[in-house]
Formats: sequence, structure tokens, C-alpha cells
Amino acid sequence: MLTYTLRRLLLAIPTLLLISLAIFLLVDLAPGSPASEIPLTVPPEVKAKILEAMGVNQPVWVRYVLWLKQFFVVEPLVGWDSLFGTHYSEGMQRIISYQSRAPVFTTIGQRIPQTLTVIGSAYAIGILIALPIGIYSAYRQYSWFDQLGTFIAMVGYSVPTFFTGVLLIVIFSVNLGWFPSIYDTTLKVVDWASFWKQVHQMALPVTVLALFNAAEISRYTRSSMLENLSQDYVRTARAKGMTERTVVLKHVLRNSLIPVVTIIALGMPTIFGGAIITEQVFKVNGIGAALIGAIHGNDLPMVQTLTFIFATLIVLFNLVADVLYGFLDPRIRYD
Amino acid sequence: MLDALPAPLVQVEDLKMYFPIHTGLLRRHTGDVKAVDGVSFSIPAGETLGLVGESGCGKSTVGRALLRLYEVTGGRVVIDGEDVAALAPEALRKKRPTMQMVFQDPQASLNPRMSVAAIIAEPLDEHTPLSRAQKLERVYELMDAVGLNRRFANRFPHEFSGGQRQRIGIARALALNPKFIVCDEPIAALDVSIQAQVVNLLEDLQTRLGLTYLFISHDLSMVRHIADRVAVMYLGRIAELSPRDALYDRPLHPYAEALLSAVNEPDPNRARRARIILKGDVPSPANPPQGCNFCTRCPKVFDLCRAVKPDLTEVEPGRHVACHLFSKPPAGTTGPREATEHNQQGVTQ
Repeated sequence: MLTYTLRRLLLAIPTLLLISLAIFLLVDLAPGSPASEIPLTVPPEVKAKILEAMGVNQPVWVRYVLWLKQFFVVEPLVGWDSLFGTHYSEGMQRIISYQSRAPVFTTIGQRIPQTLTVIGSAYAIGILIALPIGIYSAYRQYSWFDQLGTFIAMVGYSVPTFFTGVLLIVIFSVNLGWFPSIYDTTLKVVDWASFWKQVHQMALPVTVLALFNAAEISRYTRSSMLENLSQDYVRTARAKGMTERTVVLKHVLRNSLIPVVTIIALGMPTIFGGAIITEQVFKVNGIGAALIGAIHGNDLPMVQTLTFIFATLIVLFNLVADVLYGFLDPRIRYD
Repeated sequence: MLDALPAPLVQVEDLKMYFPIHTGLLRRHTGDVKAVDGVSFSIPAGETLGLVGESGCGKSTVGRALLRLYEVTGGRVVIDGEDVAALAPEALRKKRPTMQMVFQDPQASLNPRMSVAAIIAEPLDEHTPLSRAQKLERVYELMDAVGLNRRFANRFPHEFSGGQRQRIGIARALALNPKFIVCDEPIAALDVSIQAQVVNLLEDLQTRLGLTYLFISHDLSMVRHIADRVAVMYLGRIAELSPRDALYDRPLHPYAEALLSAVNEPDPNRARRARIILKGDVPSPANPPQGCNFCTRCPKVFDLCRAVKPDLTEVEPGRHVACHLFSKPPAGTTGPREATEHNQQGVTQ
């Protein structure tokens, strides 16, 4: 298992390099340039100096290699320094956002807590809702519960989050006034009152995303359970005289979890990636909002870095899913 | 053995197992697949009843319905004094140790994520108060009994060969000291070389533990080897139920005759029975013929067969046949067979 993991990690290096190049070229070739963000009133020679200072005039490959160096050498050193108080990265050029003129990773560091709290809890709640629904729908296939679950899953999956989000805002914020429609990033949780406030402002975005996630996961759980419920070993378990609870939760569920775990693991990067649309709707100041802002502002370093981090997470969680497979299914051996 | 009638261990009366068919926009109940349609037999303790028939005739369904792995549509299944078909769920669960099943596909019927020890010990966890050490001891004991090396206890089913997996399946079935075991084509998925081993193991266990078997198979030679009596099924009904030797020497029901004519004679010096080739296909169990289920393919069919379903009746001591050829003369007379058959030969054209 360890050898397998290490081999996969080694193989991930060329993959990620290729991905970073592809992203860099895509971002670079996309229409729009940082020059267009400079007001027209700025004289041309000043403009040229600004662009030169940004390093935009360099050839693509120079900028790419520079970015690689900054991403893989400078930023880890900065992280090391801030953790252990050393000074290795002094004087080195970090990845600087065109928009804010601040290091990209500083912005990411500011944005990630909001994203993790909101999207992370939405994902967790989605899983917690989806598993029981999926299990029970499969166990009572075609019952009214199953039909209702199927309907809700269909709705949750097919109605886009910008619609459900606005709908919930109209109902619960505008008409009923129960929850705020805007997420207040400056709120600090210090006592019960502020915690309660935090829960309140998280309620709507979490509901929207949890519904969406639960819809997908419950479908996978249901179909996987159904597939296993009709297997011979389930009949064997019943013939052994096991209780229905044992049959379903021990025999069927454990065997059904394999595809479900894969789906959950592969969905993990979206927690870090943020839900771009939902964050926009509820004004959650997270990673997704940062990405959208960067795209609007032609902030190439920010877009490039964020996109590459998402790509890395996807590659990483693919590996995690594969390794989990080996733990869940004794028939799979990575040697 | 057959005449003396102590209360049999297994008594099946008019067992019916219909699977509903739902069709149309509203998925209304429009019919039934009559997989088992009124089957009755009994098995005295310690006996092996062979159940043979072609694919799809309902053999396996009988086996599963007997152990109530299906909710039966009708009939009684009395096993060791209790009507299994009518037991409440919890009582049924408590009853399970008495009756066990060896499944056809040893690969699919073992949970791929449980080790051999866990598979065999699971019923012990559920039904016995044994300690951990005692359970492990019992698992080893069972593995010895079925000829599996104790070292394999912590392996998973996929690491075994087909024959070994079937041994695991048998050990599992034996774990709770059952009285009655349904062997549902236990050798069908195995290599020929392994089949004999498994059948011998089953026979050996029967002698040692006094087990009662319902041995379901389409392998007629294997059934001849292991069974005391044999029931021949056709389209959800029993065509003939006779002692093994009598059946194999001289099948009475035309279907049994045709089926057994397919058995190869291993001794080339002995004359081979003339092969009877049946024409046509088995009718759909969703829409069986009005009269005798076999009337569409029977070489000896006559008018009565197409109108009235024959019941399984004892035509000779110990021999039960569901065929109008034998039901016409008054029952109980000895040796009517020659006469009837002669009689029938004239009728059949």
C-alpha cells in the first residue's frame, strides 16, 4: 500500500506540471490583460512602467518558470518561515496579485476559513442526510418514502444553486425575516450569542449546498445498496438468521459504501474550491468569491494559483479514494 | 424405510410460490409467474430427497421457499414440528438454526468483505452464548470437518478456489448444528473433479451428523449417487416422486422417462436407453397450460391431459406420479403398470 501510494505520488508530479502549464497558457491566452485594468487617464509611459514592474511584458515561458519557482520554492519557504520563525525566504519575490498588490497566499489565507466553515459543514450535513435516506430508500424500494426521496433528490440535483439560493432568500430572509441574506465575514465567534448568530447566517447557504450534495450522494447510496441487496450473500445472511438490522447495516451497507466513499472523497476538493455561485449569492467572502473577483479583474497570478491548487486537490483526493478502496475491499490489493 | 412413517422431519403441503407480474402504465398486478404451483412431499429424518428438473422448473424456488427465503404464496412447510411458512419474523429467526442452506454459487453467496472465520462465526454470534475462544474453537472444528486448513481462517473468500469456497459455505451451514439442509445445486458451479469431493463430503457429514438433505440438482447422475428418493419437477409441479432405484430403472411419468433417457450409461457394454427427445419449449410459468403442465410436449398425451391437471397420487407402493396414464385404473391394485401402459400405448398417437 505504501509503495503504491508513493508511486502514485511520484506519477502525480509530471501530471501536475502538465496541468500547471495548461492552466498557465489558458489563462494567458484568454482575452483581457492586466493592462486593461489601468485607467485610460494614466499616461502611456507610466502605463508601460507599471506593466514592466508587474513583469507582464516578459515572454510566456519566463513568466511560467518564474511562477513555478515562486509556487514551489518561495511560497513553501515563506510558510516554513512563518511556522518556525526562520528567515530563508527573505528578499524573495512572492506570487503577487495584480489586483490587491498583496501576496496571493495572504488572500487565500484570509478567505479559506469562511469557505471551510460554510462549504465544509454543508458537505458534512449533506452526507449525514444522504446516507440514511439512500439506505432506507433502497431497503424500501418503490415505497412512498423512496418516491419522495427520489423526487427531492431530482429537484435538489437539477435545480441550480443560484435559483434555490435566491428562493430561500426570498422566503426566509425577505418574507419571514428568519435568517440574514448576507454572510457577515467580520463576525467573530466569542460567546453563545455570537455563535448563535454565526449559525443563523450559515443556515441558508449551508441548506442550499447540503441539499445539492445530499441529492447526489443519496442517489449513489441508493443505487449501490440496491445492487448489493439483491446479491446472494445477503440471502446467506438472512438464512443464517441474522436480524434485518445486521443484514442491512453490516452486510449490505459495508459492501455498498465503496462507490459512495469514492464519490465523497472526489467531492472533497469542492469544499476547498468553494462553491463559486453559492458564495456569490450569499456574499460569503470565500475562495470561490476570490476566484470570481480575480477573473473579473484579469488577476492572472491569483487565477493561476487558485486553479492550480484545485487541480492539486483533485489529484490528491483521487489518490485518497483509490487508497480507501484498498481498505474497504479486501479483494483489491495494491502491490 | 418408506412404508414406516414416523413423523417426517420435513412435511410440505401444497406449496405455492407465485411471483407477481406488474405491467402497464400504473404497474397493475396483471398475473403471476407460477414458479411453484402446489408441491407436496415429505422427507423423513436422515433421508436425502433429490429434486431434479430442467432449468427454470422451480427447483431452486422450492428450496428457498422451504426455508422461507421467499414469502410463500400458499401452503404449509412443517419443519421439525413448526410451520415455517407461518412463523412470525422473530420466531422464524430463532428457527433458522434448525434449517440451513448450501447455495449454488459459492462465490456470490459469501460476503466478500468478511474473512472465513467471520463468515462461519457470524451465526454463532447471533444464536449462541459462546465465548470468543469457544467460537474460534467451533470455527476450527467446522473447518476441520469440511476439510479446510485452519490456517485459512483469516483469509477472504476471493482467495479460495471454487471447491474450497463451497466447503466454506458448507461449514457455515453446519455451524449451528442444523437438522435439515437444503443443498441448492451445491456442485453446479464446480469443476467435475471437485464435484465428487463435495458430494462425498456432504454424504460423509450426513452419516456423521444425521443430517436430512433436500438435494436440488440438474445433474441426474449425482442425484442418483446421493439421493434416497427423487422428485422430478416440471414447470412448478412434481411429475414423479419415487425411490431412487425404482425411478432410474423404470421411470413412470413420461417426463421423467424423457429426462432420465438423457443420462449417459458409463458402461459401453450395457445397452443405452433410447434417447427421448422432447419437442418444443417449456411453456411460460406465467401462463401454464390448462391441463397437465406437460401436455404440450408429452409424447403420450391424450384428451384428458389437456383439460384436467393430474394430481400426484401413489400408483405403486412408494411411487407417486402425477399423470393421467396412471390415475385411470382404481388405485391400490398391484402391478397395474404393464396394463396401463399397454392401454395407453393404444391411446397415444
